[in-house]
Amino acid sequence: MRVSKLPARKARILALRYLGAGVVTLLFLFPVYWLFMISFKTPDEIYHVPPLWIPGQIQFSNYYVLFKDGDVLAILNSLIVASVSSGIAIVLGTLCAYSLARFGTGGENLAMWIISQRMIPPIAVVFPIFLIYVYFGLVDSYFGLILLYTAFNLPYVIWMMRGYIVDVPLELEESALVDGLNRWEVIWKVVFPMVRPGLMATSVFTFAFAWNDFLFALVLTRTEVITFPVMLTHYFGGQSNFWAKIAAMSVLGTLPIFVAVSVMQRYLVRGISLGAVKG
Amino acid sequence: MADVKLSGVHKYYGNVHAVRGVDLTITDGEFAVLVGPSGCGKSTLLRTIAGLEDPDSGAIAIGGAVVNDLRPRERNIAMVFQNYALYPYLTVNENIAFGLRARKTPEIEIRKRVSEAAEMLGIGNLLQRYPRQLSGGQRQRVAIGRAIVRKADLFLFDEPLSNLDAQLRDEMRAEIKRLHHEITTTMIYVTHDQIEAMTLADRIVLLRDGKIEQQGAPLELFEQPRTGFVAGFLGSPSINLIPATLKTDGPVAAVVFQSGGELKLPSAKAMSLAGAQGREILVGIRPQHFSRAGGGPLRNGVVSYSAVADLIQPTGTRTFTTIKIGGVDAVAELQAHDVRSHGERIDLAIDLNRVVLIDPVSGVVIA
Repeated sequence: MRVSKLPARKARILALRYLGAGVVTLLFLFPVYWLFMISFKTPDEIYHVPPLWIPGQIQFSNYYVLFKDGDVLAILNSLIVASVSSGIAIVLGTLCAYSLARFGTGGENLAMWIISQRMIPPIAVVFPIFLIYVYFGLVDSYFGLILLYTAFNLPYVIWMMRGYIVDVPLELEESALVDGLNRWEVIWKVVFPMVRPGLMATSVFTFAFAWNDFLFALVLTRTEVITFPVMLTHYFGGQSNFWAKIAAMSVLGTLPIFVAVSVMQRYLVRGISLGAVKG
Repeated sequence: MADVKLSGVHKYYGNVHAVRGVDLTITDGEFAVLVGPSGCGKSTLLRTIAGLEDPDSGAIAIGGAVVNDLRPRERNIAMVFQNYALYPYLTVNENIAFGLRARKTPEIEIRKRVSEAAEMLGIGNLLQRYPRQLSGGQRQRVAIGRAIVRKADLFLFDEPLSNLDAQLRDEMRAEIKRLHHEITTTMIYVTHDQIEAMTLADRIVLLRDGKIEQQGAPLELFEQPRTGFVAGFLGSPSINLIPATLKTDGPVAAVVFQSGGELKLPSAKAMSLAGAQGREILVGIRPQHFSRAGGGPLRNGVVSYSAVADLIQPTGTRTFTTIKIGGVDAVAELQAHDVRSHGERIDLAIDLNRVVLIDPVSGVVIA
């Protein structure tokens, strides 16, 4: 049986497209590849001229050092601070967003005012915040960082969730109210399932914000709750850079975000509200 | 099972006075249809009964108890929405069971009632599907199923058929009527479609600008409209309204059209018009009251009229023919083959026994 063939011209265009896509992919993936490779290399291999594309053998001593010296605690700190703060921001923010969307709380302008809080350059407020934190003894504490990241993430969550909630057909909620749910149950059993993809996407972003923040963590931590980005800077020295540690730490720091996005990905693309209401 | 009593209900949306003092009693087991043009307040009224809106004043009683301060879920009502309001993340089975679960009904009872409802609506084979896998008609059945399993005191329907195509709408209309025969719960149904109102209702409540214009049995409203608005709203094609002047002379009365020509009114109508000589009126003649004159003697109250057929719209069973009467276009509903071609002169008989005469200023029917 003959497989139907594409016309030659179309086939050429298709080939070019794949080629283009391949080149771009390589270009973007190369730094990631390089990072991973360095983290497995020995010091000799790292400084080898010409550069070695693959290490002689995969060895984990760079990681071992991080665990042995307790540097990985920074990752744990980041995990705690980022997940707790984004969890709180998501719950509080969604409730606020519901209030804005359904009860018109604050009129037309409150929502805009809230998101405008997010537009302040962090550097403009970091020192006042530092002084306040010193006064209240919040510097270098989990609570301090969690409070700060929650405050910074809330406007974003409110703004995003308000958009998703407005899109939930009002009739779904009204129907549930008539059917016997109270308002809290409606939020839990109707609104949450309806906005789940949006909720997941928003969580990823709030988590990433807290995870990636460097400025606040640098200013507001000392020794106890150093987060992963701050820890990384310790490896850039005046005389030398500890490339092995930098690479291993970066890999460890990338994994949680990588996992979060992979897990959430199916929510990001699912059009769940299809079929709710005939358009 | 319950009756519904509204007294002096007002509702404002900002500056808009959506419901303006509605008094309405719907008896136990009745099928009442709230009908009217968009913006007449019918949906607002229904939502007020459901508790989804609070009235600004007035009382709402269901089953004898005032429910103004009760939340929707405390009123024991079931409601079917225009957009079905099915939960896309739940199966048909779970959608129907939703209200029962919300009320902590035992699982065995839920299963029994869901399967009963599914059987009644012919959706037993769809229970494991999701709403997105259903057609419009099936979704509406599920929405109705979700309401009937609740065994509520009162059913509210908010334009449930307007998203369906014409044929499906006819089918579902019949199903809803049959359903009411089977479960005999009080039902209040909102629609802007006068056919739905006529076919479904025990009683039509016709609303206009937030007030009840007239209420009564469908045929009563159709045949004895109290205002020109009611006469014009019910009936398809709608009633012809022709400006004219009354001419009375003792027991005899006639309408004189502004373009000349007059029609003698039957004596039953003439009696109530004594002393109305020279009064300006609108003559309301329904398209169905025209027929092709057969040549024989005319019944009492039927007059002959000769006209030229302008637009001809055959529907298969009947043919709508536009003619000039009193200088304005009027539609006559004739037999399918009564008219053949544009411009044809036809002799018509007009049954004036059922004519309505309307005061053009107040809109009130005077005879």
